[in-house]
Amino acid sequence: MKTSVREGKGGVQILDLKGKITIGSGDVQLRETINKLVDEGKKNILINMQDVTTIDSSGIGELVGCYTSVTNKGGKLKLLHLPPKINDVLTVTQLITVFDVYESESEAVASFAA
Amino acid sequence: MGIGSPRSEKTGPIRMSLSSRFENIEMAQHLCAKLIAGYDLPDETKHWILMALREALANAIKHGNAQDLGKRVHLEMEVRDDTLHIRVRDEGTGFDPSAVADPLAPENRLKTSGRGIFYMKTFMDDVAFRQMDGGGMEIVLSKKLLGPKQKEEKGR
Repeated sequence: MKTSVREGKGGVQILDLKGKITIGSGDVQLRETINKLVDEGKKNILINMQDVTTIDSSGIGELVGCYTSVTNKGGKLKLLHLPPKINDVLTVTQLITVFDVYESESEAVASFAA
Repeated sequence: MGIGSPRSEKTGPIRMSLSSRFENIEMAQHLCAKLIAGYDLPDETKHWILMALREALANAIKHGNAQDLGKRVHLEMEVRDDTLHIRVRDEGTGFDPSAVADPLAPENRLKTSGRGIFYMKTFMDDVAFRQMDGGGMEIVLSKKLLGPKQKEEKGR
């Protein structure tokens, strides 16, 4: 998996993910990237999932772990551009109700200020 | 066209012994994709079958064999009577499937693990567990590959 971080309005960190978030390939990388941002005091994080091709239960677990650690530090973690299959995987485990999910980047970024 | 070539019904099951490395999951998925390629299934259904296979193998490698490279994961895949049967056996100490926590329970929803078996059950028609006499756990996944429409066509 490839990760890159951009900064949006209001200091929102936009994390663009590309590739797989699966066991042994991308799952730990996701956690480390999020932890680094949180350690730097950057607690408003938007994960752009548009180019994520595959996710498995490990990847979902890491996503949930990241959500919890960011929230526990007083930050917010939201999701952008969920591909349909990842949406399905989150829906069947009822996690879709946990995450704030957006289709528009500008709306997503603005929502952190609300 | 459309019914495809039920390859393993002619050739018998594919049997493999894999080392306990996550990298092997994709190779197995690739073979499974070939096995079901001839069936007129929606791409989405094929995707979920491969995800269930991934979860079974990941479970065997991580929890069953604890990533011990001295232990193997035994995989068997076969299409029989228009049904895909996948057997995944590890060389670990086994577990009690009934003791696995419900990932939908509110107290478990934010846990970072415990969803693999749930996904297998969601995406396959049947999931069975068997504690092997000689040690190890076997998971058997089954999925019907032909719906009524295709069966009718096949009968022509």
